[in-house]
Amino acid sequence: MTINRRRFIGTAVAGSAALSAPMVMADGHAKPRVVVVGGGAGGATAARYVAKDSEGAIDVTLIEPSRAYYTCFFSNLYIGGFQEMASLGHSYGTLASAYGINVVHDWATGVDRDAKTVALAGGGSVPYDRLILSPGIDFIDGSVEGWSQAAQTAMPHAYKGGTQAELLKAQVMAMPEGGTFAMVAPPNPYRCPPGPYERISMVAHLLKKTNPTAKILVADPKEKFSKMALFQEGWNDHYAGMIDWVGSDFGGADVSVRPDAMEVVIDGEVTKVDAANVIPAMKAGLIVERAGLTEGNWAPVVPATMQSRMDENIHILGDATSQGDMPKSGYSANSQAKVAAMAVRGALTGSRVFPAKFSNTCWSLIDANDGVKVGATYEATEEKIAKVDGFISETGESDDLRKATYEESLGWYAGITADMFG
Amino acid sequence: MRRFFPLSFVLAAGVAATAGWADQIGNADTGAVLFGDCSGCHEVGAGAQNGIGPHLNGLFGRPAGGLDGYFYSSGLARMGGEGLVWDLTTLNAYIENPRALVSGTRMSFGGWEDPQERADVLAYLRRYSDDPANIPEAAPTARVSEVDLAPDILAIQGDPAYGEYLASDCKTCHQQDGSDAGIPSITRWPVEDFVVAMHAYKQKLRPHPVMQMQAGRLSDEEIAALAAYFKDLE
Repeated sequence: MTINRRRFIGTAVAGSAALSAPMVMADGHAKPRVVVVGGGAGGATAARYVAKDSEGAIDVTLIEPSRAYYTCFFSNLYIGGFQEMASLGHSYGTLASAYGINVVHDWATGVDRDAKTVALAGGGSVPYDRLILSPGIDFIDGSVEGWSQAAQTAMPHAYKGGTQAELLKAQVMAMPEGGTFAMVAPPNPYRCPPGPYERISMVAHLLKKTNPTAKILVADPKEKFSKMALFQEGWNDHYAGMIDWVGSDFGGADVSVRPDAMEVVIDGEVTKVDAANVIPAMKAGLIVERAGLTEGNWAPVVPATMQSRMDENIHILGDATSQGDMPKSGYSANSQAKVAAMAVRGALTGSRVFPAKFSNTCWSLIDANDGVKVGATYEATEEKIAKVDGFISETGESDDLRKATYEESLGWYAGITADMFG
Repeated sequence: MRRFFPLSFVLAAGVAATAGWADQIGNADTGAVLFGDCSGCHEVGAGAQNGIGPHLNGLFGRPAGGLDGYFYSSGLARMGGEGLVWDLTTLNAYIENPRALVSGTRMSFGGWEDPQERADVLAYLRRYSDDPANIPEAAPTARVSEVDLAPDILAIQGDPAYGEYLASDCKTCHQQDGSDAGIPSITRWPVEDFVVAMHAYKQKLRPHPVMQMQAGRLSDEEIAALAAYFKDLE
């Protein structure tokens, strides 16, 4: 990293401010310590921005069990054959070497909020002055009758990146000719609102090429879903007759599964299936619950800073939070991370704090070169992160525009992963 | 400073177009002479062929990057896909500062500062489009005529520290290292080009819903801050 003139001035300002600003620092420590739990779109971004912008003034530790992180976003494109799994994997090497972040590959098992320490599965604990939790989601066992995480090999959720997506794709590829793929879609709120429907599109794309008489059956506890008109238009155009979507008004919420027998029961009707994707109801990643920071299934936060409503020394990011209008997405987590990083630096080093601005865009691929998107900008109000303005792709758009939208999504992937991992 | 108030010229032309273009459209004969600056790359008129640049027959009403048989820059093709159509307003902005309207265009032309010269050249080109008499009236509602860009906007000195924070929102998509696959590079732009481009989104002169939305919530000072930050990004 080169230090240019602006950076140098920035350091000098931060340094002089540090002399006068009230320091929030544990006794006997030279530098304030920030610990980040979870190395995904929220955590990796937050760690990188705190380290990068504090220029060594803050000691940053990132706790993440995986050495190679596979993004959940774009895993549908892997299932559809548009991405290699290897291209979705990222290492923490640059965060450690170029940004000086202590990357600890271990599970964070608990938080002692009085002592301000994070316990590790491998033993020991890590002290913090500010803690940033970005643990993503966990599944609610029993939310789909007959399914628990013990059944995730027979009926994968494939809703965290990596091996689950590989397993699901292998099962789709192994379906007999004319076989049936079933999905149980999740109830609101859940990670990546268009995700299940992009997945249906990608499974349909794969089957259309390899197994064109196969069927797709979707049980959905909702009446409508994200980008519904766009997906339905695309399914009609590209995969006519292949997809049977059963919404809640036709019994889609009354669903159970029998993983041993590979059966799905919708509104009392039993269907034998050849591959099944069960995406259960979700809740905040376990650690925020263990730390006593949840209300219901999610962790409420202060919009302007992403601080927990229950502990001002802890910031929570991304899917695990309840914050208002933003969808649970990698883009949202990345956006929230930058606001949190600024707030953390402001509190610990007295650096300048600007008004919180958030944004999100979700791209989805329906078929080759048929991309759509939805997005919005947001601001912090007292009670929630509130939507300011938004847009969505329109039905009937030209092929050129859809292709440009898809290519833009590839550019976004390169951009956000560079923003996360350096 | 190369240009002073580029968008205000664009807007003035737009207003003039609706007010009474016949008096304002410029002199096509003068434009024919000025076109000598273009003719090294562009042909127009009977038998015109694509050369270094695409031929310009039937230009008005054509989507940007829309001529079969010419290999456009990805920047121009992208803008066409996003809905940029050549009309008096968009062409006027383009030949005033090509890069400020279309990121990544290969048209290596610095632009005409003088609104009269632009009007003259466009009057000349208009001869070679279908039904030229209708062109001044085409889609008048699409013209930006209500927005008011105060002349001192380009004089705002941006705060690069604020820009750095605001830029974190841009860098989810636009890469810090200037890569431009799928999404254009926004690093190391001249401040004026950056400010003009952002106001062009804000005023919906440039197409693209994400950028119109992002620019739409930025104040003049915030746009200046971003321009000041990205100018020096390495």
